[in-house]
Amino acid sequence: MSRRAVIKNHMLEAQLFKRRALVAAVFSVLLLLVLLSRLVYLQFFEFSHFFSLSENNRVRLTPLVPNRGLIYDRNGVVLAENRPSYQLELIPEQIDNMQQTLHDLGDLVALDEDVLKRFRRLLKRSRKFEGIPLRTKLSEEEVAKLAVNRHRFPGVEVKASLGRYYPLGKTMAHVVGYVGRIDGKELKRVDETNYKGTTHIGKTGLERYYEDQLHGLVGYQNIEVNVQGRELRVLDKIPPVPGNNLWLTLDAQIQKVAADALEGYNGSVVVMKPHTGEVLAMVSLPAFDPNLFVHGISHKNYKRLRDSPDRPLFNRSIMGQYPPGSTVKPFVGLGGLENRSMGHKETINCTGHYLLPNDDRRYRDWKKTGHGLVDLNKSIEQSCDVYYYELSYRMGINRIHAFLHQFGFGEKTGIDLLGERSGLLPSREWKKRVKNKIWFPGETLITGIGQGYMLATPIQLASATSILSMRGQVFSPHLLSQVEEPNGNEKTTINWSAGETIKLKRESNWRHAIKGMVNVVHGLRGTARNSGYDLAFKMAGKTGTAQVFGIAQDAEYDEATIAKKLRDHALFIAFAPYKDPEIVVAVIAENGSHGSSVAAPIARKVIDEWTRLYEGNLK
Amino acid sequence: MNKIQDKYYYPSFSLRLIRILHLDHILLLGIGALLMVGLVVLYSAGDESSALINRQFTRIGLAVFIMLVIAQIPSSTLKFWSPWMYVAGVVLLVLVLVMGDVGKGAQRWLDLGFIRFQPSEMMKLVTPMMIAWYFSEKPLPPSWRTLIIAVVLILVPTFLIAKQPDLGTALLIFAAGFFVLFLGGLSWRLMIGMSVLAASMLPVLWHFMHAYQKGRVMTLLDPQSDPLGAGYHIIQSQIAIGSGGVYGRGWLNGSQSHLNFLPEQSTDFIFAVFAEEFGLLGGLFLLALYTFIIIRGLMIAVQGQDTYARLLGGSLSLTFFVYLFVNVGMVSGILPVVGVPLPLISYGGTSMVTLMASFGMLMSINSHRKLWSK
Repeated sequence: MSRRAVIKNHMLEAQLFKRRALVAAVFSVLLLLVLLSRLVYLQFFEFSHFFSLSENNRVRLTPLVPNRGLIYDRNGVVLAENRPSYQLELIPEQIDNMQQTLHDLGDLVALDEDVLKRFRRLLKRSRKFEGIPLRTKLSEEEVAKLAVNRHRFPGVEVKASLGRYYPLGKTMAHVVGYVGRIDGKELKRVDETNYKGTTHIGKTGLERYYEDQLHGLVGYQNIEVNVQGRELRVLDKIPPVPGNNLWLTLDAQIQKVAADALEGYNGSVVVMKPHTGEVLAMVSLPAFDPNLFVHGISHKNYKRLRDSPDRPLFNRSIMGQYPPGSTVKPFVGLGGLENRSMGHKETINCTGHYLLPNDDRRYRDWKKTGHGLVDLNKSIEQSCDVYYYELSYRMGINRIHAFLHQFGFGEKTGIDLLGERSGLLPSREWKKRVKNKIWFPGETLITGIGQGYMLATPIQLASATSILSMRGQVFSPHLLSQVEEPNGNEKTTINWSAGETIKLKRESNWRHAIKGMVNVVHGLRGTARNSGYDLAFKMAGKTGTAQVFGIAQDAEYDEATIAKKLRDHALFIAFAPYKDPEIVVAVIAENGSHGSSVAAPIARKVIDEWTRLYEGNLK
Repeated sequence: MNKIQDKYYYPSFSLRLIRILHLDHILLLGIGALLMVGLVVLYSAGDESSALINRQFTRIGLAVFIMLVIAQIPSSTLKFWSPWMYVAGVVLLVLVLVMGDVGKGAQRWLDLGFIRFQPSEMMKLVTPMMIAWYFSEKPLPPSWRTLIIAVVLILVPTFLIAKQPDLGTALLIFAAGFFVLFLGGLSWRLMIGMSVLAASMLPVLWHFMHAYQKGRVMTLLDPQSDPLGAGYHIIQSQIAIGSGGVYGRGWLNGSQSHLNFLPEQSTDFIFAVFAEEFGLLGGLFLLALYTFIIIRGLMIAVQGQDTYARLLGGSLSLTFFVYLFVNVGMVSGILPVVGVPLPLISYGGTSMVTLMASFGMLMSINSHRKLWSK
């Protein structure tokens, strides 16, 4: 301690403390009197006010759930709407004997084991003083019976609510998606206050992606209720703001035709407008009825959908990753011209197989006898593999990767749906990173014909084809066209950004590649010539066949003996008219064996329907 | 001076035992009554769960034990350790900020492996101990220099805790430190000047507050602005208190609490349950009980042996009052919602232990005085 003498006057300090303590005590008592007067105010003067607020929970603050926005296709066809439905709700806190109540209710309305099971599950995770749905979609008769017996069941209510309904059912199942009962995890994701009283939330598809737009803002009202919980009058009210209506780029009619055309196969059809990126149709088969999910799907139904080997819940258009097969050839061929690996008139002699220097593995053409002398045009028209083996060998994987990358292969298109996969555009770096192996020259060859590691989603194929058809102009595919405010009919058009245009060194190269694709459909030996008859305009296309499993060296491929599951996938990409393209179609029919006989006719049906609907757009 | 000692005559064995254990029977009476009331209310607030009561009972046992232990420590020893504990506490607070666990959105806990520990709670005792220690060596009223150093000593832990962020505890610590200054003779003129300055600084403070803290203040001014969200607590607790009326609805009959309209009803908002069930008369009784304890605490402080004992005892008593005032104030809707429990009644262990430890100190101040009188 300090040496300096500290002068302390203990008596004086004790006196000082005493004075200060007294002041503090007086001050404390004064403040306590403030508290006391607050209590007197609340409990004496305002007693009757608060008592009535409290008595039997007289005033109930209830959230007013906003109506969910509607979803329309481009022509105003309703894809998702709200329909009134009656449901039976129980408030557990107001029910003394749950077992007895459930039993008695069973005499009035149909309650099967499935319904009860689901109710018990919901019971466990309910919010306090909120009704838990027991039965949904009550019939008029059931509603009447319950109304008559209402006095017997305190805590049991029949609620009219708007339920989501999808008029087109399975046709739009994947792309529009569906709503379902909100769960705890989802409640954490959203603003809980705004979702007070909201029972449903977008689970998949556009319903999920545009949940924020569709939901709207919650309102609330103070309701005076009597002892039984019956609502007497509304004291005050702030109305909810309904969600926005969405106008899509989809055309329900084309979607329907595309789905019908693909029927019988698992797979996907994607239809786009190349000069805007608008998606006209997005079909994924097999599909399911989204209406099953709205009011809680039964366990049996869900299990069937979930466990089906055909995976109906899976949106193949954006999640299905397929080897693009020969559909990649126009892109690789264009890359060859652009990199000057091949002149557009230059020919390769196709003998039916191809050998790499210093390697005795035979890389086979699909045509055993070979195509003879083949130039770019013929290579696309007849889908010659050997031409692309040689071209890929000359280009090398690095340049193939760089060129195809510009068309969006190996990258998500960024379409407005969740869960899109990126496909796979292999490269040396990729193989090193993921497989930790070096790249083999043979792998370059099979990448050049869209096999091997390469994978693409249907939406990617459609998008890449759009870019090709527009000679390098990039418009990202999208589904939302306009957003409509609930009141007033003001529509806001969404501005989707265009991508960076692909600039070729020679603009004429586009023409050469596209010419080959025109010949696929209209050429004498085009692989899809059967789909090219009788058209008012010329279209361009490319067939593709993707191997599902590898064939051993020199083994024969016999369709008849191979199980359907192991058959090749049939692919077709197309755009029309080839000069000023208005429509792009990408088709994948799983295990369809041949692009030419299975996939191309599907695309043709779609294009025919589009012609019928929009012929006026043609010049 | 021996007169004081002689005045006490212990007629019964239990009073003699209390004396031997260095306890104060008057304070003990008040605390005991309060703890009993607490258990009664908690039984109602906790939906008549005996498990909850058992757990709270265990905590009370632990807290009483700690009070007993601390009561045995002479205040001179406390004084000796004050600066060391203060330094250790500040270091722990820094550690919490650097590596503490996050619970309910704030960093308050320090996980020492075997025990989870809340250093801010300890600082509620250590801060006034430190200031009292510092003042005990200086002539009082304090000089400017002394005062400035003392203010810094208060503000360091206050800011560290406010940063966690735990506004309630920071407030209590600041108050505890300030009371030492006040009892040590802080000049009136300075206090008035500072409060004027503080009032003018409010807008600046507002700027630095967290969004949720601003929300609480806004909610206080107009609870109806957000009846489903932040205003819900205040609206519901006022309904509970108001509907209790003069006589209350009777034990276990509070509808607000038993229908679960009240949030946090066994912790920070337990006063609403009490007021609903026991009414204005019950509230009057409870406030009187608290006043009794506070006044007894201040009396013990006034009779303290030396400056250190007096300042510490006074500050602890007044801090106890702040707990009460802030809690009841926020539950009844005249103060913003900050996390301050109703002392000795709210469910929860941490504040219980701290409070009982502070009573242990008061009892030590009271009893050890006579043992080493000059």
